[in-house]
Amino acid sequence: MIAELGHYALALALLLAFAQTALPLLGAQSRDARLMGAGAPLALGQFLALAASFACLMHLYVINDTSVLNVVQNSHSAKPLLYKITGTWGNHEGSLLLWVLILALCGAAVSLFGRNLPSALRARVLGVLGLISVGFLLFTLKTSNPFERVWPPPPDGQGLNPILQDIGLAMHPPLLYVGYVGYAVTFAFAIAALIEGRVDAAWGRWVRPWSLAAWAFLTAGIALGSWWAYYELGWGGYWFWDPVENASLLPWLIGTALLHSAIVVEKREALKTWTILLAIIAFGMSLLGTFLVRSGVLNSVHSFANDPERGLFILALLMFYLLGAFILFAWRAQAMVPTGIFAPVSREGAIVLNNLLVCSITAVVFVGTLWPMFADALMGLKVSVGPPFFNAASFPLVVPLLLAMAIGPLMPWKRAALWPVVQRLWWVAVLALAGFVLALLASGERVLPAIGFAFAAWVIGAALADLAERTGLFRVGLARAWARAGGLPRAAWGAAIAHAGVGVLAAGLAGMGLAHEKLAALAPGQSMSLAGHEWRLEEVRDVVGPNYTARRATISVIRDGQVVHVMQPSRRWFPVARQNTTEVSIRTNMMRDLYAVIGEEQDGKAIIRIHYNPLAPWIWLGAAIMALGGGLSLADRRVRVSAPNRVPKGAVPA
Amino acid sequence: MSGLSRRLLLLAPVGAAAAGGIGFYAALDRQRSGEYNPRNVPSAMIGRPPPDFTLPEVADSGIAPFGAADLRAVGGPVIVNFWASWCVPCIIEHPQLMRLAREGIPVFGIAYKDKPEDSLRFLRQHGNPFRRLSRDEPGRVAIDWGVYGVPETYLVDRQGIIRWRFAGPITPEILAQDLRPLLARA
Repeated sequence: MIAELGHYALALALLLAFAQTALPLLGAQSRDARLMGAGAPLALGQFLALAASFACLMHLYVINDTSVLNVVQNSHSAKPLLYKITGTWGNHEGSLLLWVLILALCGAAVSLFGRNLPSALRARVLGVLGLISVGFLLFTLKTSNPFERVWPPPPDGQGLNPILQDIGLAMHPPLLYVGYVGYAVTFAFAIAALIEGRVDAAWGRWVRPWSLAAWAFLTAGIALGSWWAYYELGWGGYWFWDPVENASLLPWLIGTALLHSAIVVEKREALKTWTILLAIIAFGMSLLGTFLVRSGVLNSVHSFANDPERGLFILALLMFYLLGAFILFAWRAQAMVPTGIFAPVSREGAIVLNNLLVCSITAVVFVGTLWPMFADALMGLKVSVGPPFFNAASFPLVVPLLLAMAIGPLMPWKRAALWPVVQRLWWVAVLALAGFVLALLASGERVLPAIGFAFAAWVIGAALADLAERTGLFRVGLARAWARAGGLPRAAWGAAIAHAGVGVLAAGLAGMGLAHEKLAALAPGQSMSLAGHEWRLEEVRDVVGPNYTARRATISVIRDGQVVHVMQPSRRWFPVARQNTTEVSIRTNMMRDLYAVIGEEQDGKAIIRIHYNPLAPWIWLGAAIMALGGGLSLADRRVRVSAPNRVPKGAVPA
Repeated sequence: MSGLSRRLLLLAPVGAAAAGGIGFYAALDRQRSGEYNPRNVPSAMIGRPPPDFTLPEVADSGIAPFGAADLRAVGGPVIVNFWASWCVPCIIEHPQLMRLAREGIPVFGIAYKDKPEDSLRFLRQHGNPFRRLSRDEPGRVAIDWGVYGVPETYLVDRQGIIRWRFAGPITPEILAQDLRPLLARA
């Protein structure tokens, strides 16, 4: 009964989405206020229907209803309640339902918070969002119905992949989806602008918060996934250049470019065509990620079911939205006339440089991810593109990017001179150089990590210099500067904090460049040494969990004769799924991680792998700071309060 | 920039997206027809004759051993299976090998890094699918074949060329979807 209700609500959402597409778009075209006004309630209705549908599915998971195929395939009665709930979206069908639910949530948010939008623009945005919903709801209902029944019901489910039974991973997809779907909103704004044939400062102001929110969520989601890989997979790494990881990085990179170019549209009414194009590509990349994960065309640890039929459907959707948007773009973008002109050396120029570099990195990741697939599928060539390619190809692009991101924010708009900016950054350059030399000496002359530390110091220092400059710290004294700091726009704080986050992240990456690891078979009582610590295996014993049994090692970490940590890595065996997982033990003091993994046992000895990872937590700390900066910028007064007013066409904004 | 080149530039994304779409469609199509499998570990041996080798018999098995020359002498498709008694996935794939043997398809086995008495015990317990059986206790011939681990299975066609390689147990699905169509053609 509940399953049928959920299915019905899903079908209802499709009908509402159809109406949400047709009525407001027609209304905007014929300037019919009633038709345009229908968009908002329809978007709300669609959201409620999908929320009900999702709640039904969650209920089926919680009561472990084994007459529902999706529950049977992905859940089990012995699973802890938390993972029954998160298991709702731990599979293809459920995660797709979550995807459309978040999309509908964004539509509802546009209709609730977008009251100050011009009604035609709002109607068109809602119409385009409705059209995206239609496609994905059709896909869900046709190929991936989560409410399919199975008869006769089996006694119990087959269990969720134990690797997914983790709270970090449970939160990873929803965060990513908010990011992906957020780009659906900027896409809808871009399409609406193309239909209207105008992009102005007001448009930039509405698009910016959406691209910021999407970017912040995507940052957090990617970081969470990377953190999970670090502590759950037990390989000691944090980023593997896996095709699906790359698929989430692509929209993030384009989103980063979009975030910056939208500022230029808002402040200077330039880069309009380019920003529209980025908004389309950002959503295209999100769809591409969806396609790659769910069609099985790539070999990855992440992918869902291998189903070329589903792949075909998503490809059709991807082509429909993307080709449609690009054709509209080719047809209408002629009309976008830039009003703000700027010199190459200026804030705008710096943002163009940022865009070029970020898009080049995107191209590298894009080619490296897809080339092996195309070579294999179309030409029968087996090529392997691994971390060495990505590292080598992106490094020369990241270096100028980090150089420029320090200088850009200090440049004035329109026309700038490089020299005064360099003068204001001289102490930051000294700091970076000192960092380089110190790191070189401390690490035993490892050049690459030292370069990383230098850039970390450079970027963080420049973010501080930017704040010092804006508050006039060196001119008016500390007390006055402090008072001014409170009055700075939150967007300025957000930008500086996000940039500093990049620096923290760079320091973490550089630190991990100095990581050590060691592997040995130890009998209880034996020990090995790594990074100035002695690691002694005390015992290995059996422990029993709610739905697993485990072998757990106890390792004492000894420094100068004192036990400083006791670590208990374990290897879990999930009988229902017939699968092993490793539970890494990590001890951190924020400056370094001690990391231990237990492997197979043989002849009374256990294989123990230990890692010493300097500054590892800074990677995720940096990402969190970046997301926080994005959030702070989102809370800017300009976004919260002022209803942006459209300047009549042709007028020059003051 | 002239109007025409600007127009062409604006059309570039359409072209790029269309080309990408066609490429993805082709990849999906080949995946459906089985020509492309992203999970396949590449083998340098596909399309080549097997390396030259001779191997001794598994003592007391009463099954004749085979070498490279015997593979060519069959005159039809042969399945070559590297296995060991200590390998758990080998037990999983065993029923599929038995089925092929019952259907009269020649399955040649190579016992890899296995003691003859252990190999024999395995075959007595589970049944013998092998028409010919050799022993590669040092594992040297397996290196020449590029064996990844046991079980690993090769299909040699009637011309004596390796057409297919699979690392891991042959499940009923692999048998039906991958091996059978190839056997029909080989």
